[in-house]
Amino acid sequence: MRFDDVRAGAAAVAPMLIGVIPFGLVAGATPAANGFGLWAAVGLSTIVFAGASQLATADVLAGGGSAAVAALAACTINLRMLLYSASLAPHLTAEPLRRRLAAAYLLTDQAYAVSIARWTAPDDEPDRRLAFYLGGGGLLWVVWQISTVVGALIGSAVPEDLPLDFAVPLVFLVLLVPVVTSRPAAAAALVGGGTAVAAAEAGAGPLSVMAGALAGIAAGATTEVLRDRRRRAEPAEAAAEAPTDTDGGTGTQADPAP
Amino acid sequence: MSRVWLAILLAGAGTFAMRASFLAAASRLATVPPWAQRILRQIPPAALASIVVPALLRPGGELGVLQPRLAAGLLAAVVAWRTSNVALTLAVGLLTLVALQAL
Repeated sequence: MRFDDVRAGAAAVAPMLIGVIPFGLVAGATPAANGFGLWAAVGLSTIVFAGASQLATADVLAGGGSAAVAALAACTINLRMLLYSASLAPHLTAEPLRRRLAAAYLLTDQAYAVSIARWTAPDDEPDRRLAFYLGGGGLLWVVWQISTVVGALIGSAVPEDLPLDFAVPLVFLVLLVPVVTSRPAAAAALVGGGTAVAAAEAGAGPLSVMAGALAGIAAGATTEVLRDRRRRAEPAEAAAEAPTDTDGGTGTQADPAP
Repeated sequence: MSRVWLAILLAGAGTFAMRASFLAAASRLATVPPWAQRILRQIPPAALASIVVPALLRPGGELGVLQPRLAAGLLAAVVAWRTSNVALTLAVGLLTLVALQAL
């Protein structure tokens, strides 16, 4: 494992910390403010390690809900981890189980987004993937633990009119834009984003991200199938085009379709 | 065990199970069939857009078009598209948002 790769992963995640630190302060301050104490905040951050679901767990418990209801709320929010796990797994087949489980523990939106972008870049090397991932995921873990402890001890003192939380969607935007280079990817993004908004409007709450992702996947896959059929129907034209992206990549290749 | 710690352990176990699901089985995924690859390819654009678009269109949980986060996000998207520069995109997006909020 090369330190260069660990550092590159950490550097890729670093800009997101602007938004992650204030969120971590809130995630630490909320259970403490509800009277669950510092150790419950630390337990949530180390054992659950997922911001939105930590807040949901604390919320349900503060409202008098049972442990099962709180855990169910947390797990509902984290359903998208199934998709990330499926998306990353084919890239880490060469790693031993122990390391893949360590990677699973560190899996977050941020670690997923920077890693899948790096691993589908043209200069990707399979034996350098995990180091990059652990660099990004590890930095995020350390910063998350520190900021939740600080939040639990002294509260969240970030001024509310300073919109630092906006840093997180902005970095996802930087990662999203280069992915949308083919028609299927554009369909996946448009339908996914649109469905997530519609589902949230309809009151799906934390399930709206998962609903959007599933609808986007269906739209992207359907668009690909239709494109491939059209190409098979026009063999002369198809032969002149670049081969379709069947490399297990992420639709990052240019789509030469008219 | 207290209700709080039981909730933390259950939430943690469920979350880890979902994180580990496919990663734990990865050694059996060395050859992914084409139909599965087709689905996996859609995950990055679909999942990223499902996080980004609501953040721009529904800040604070209310749908709105004429609000600073959409404007700042669209400007940032142009910067991201033209430069692929994370720091520049962050700076443009955050400063635009702060400026629009101050108006």
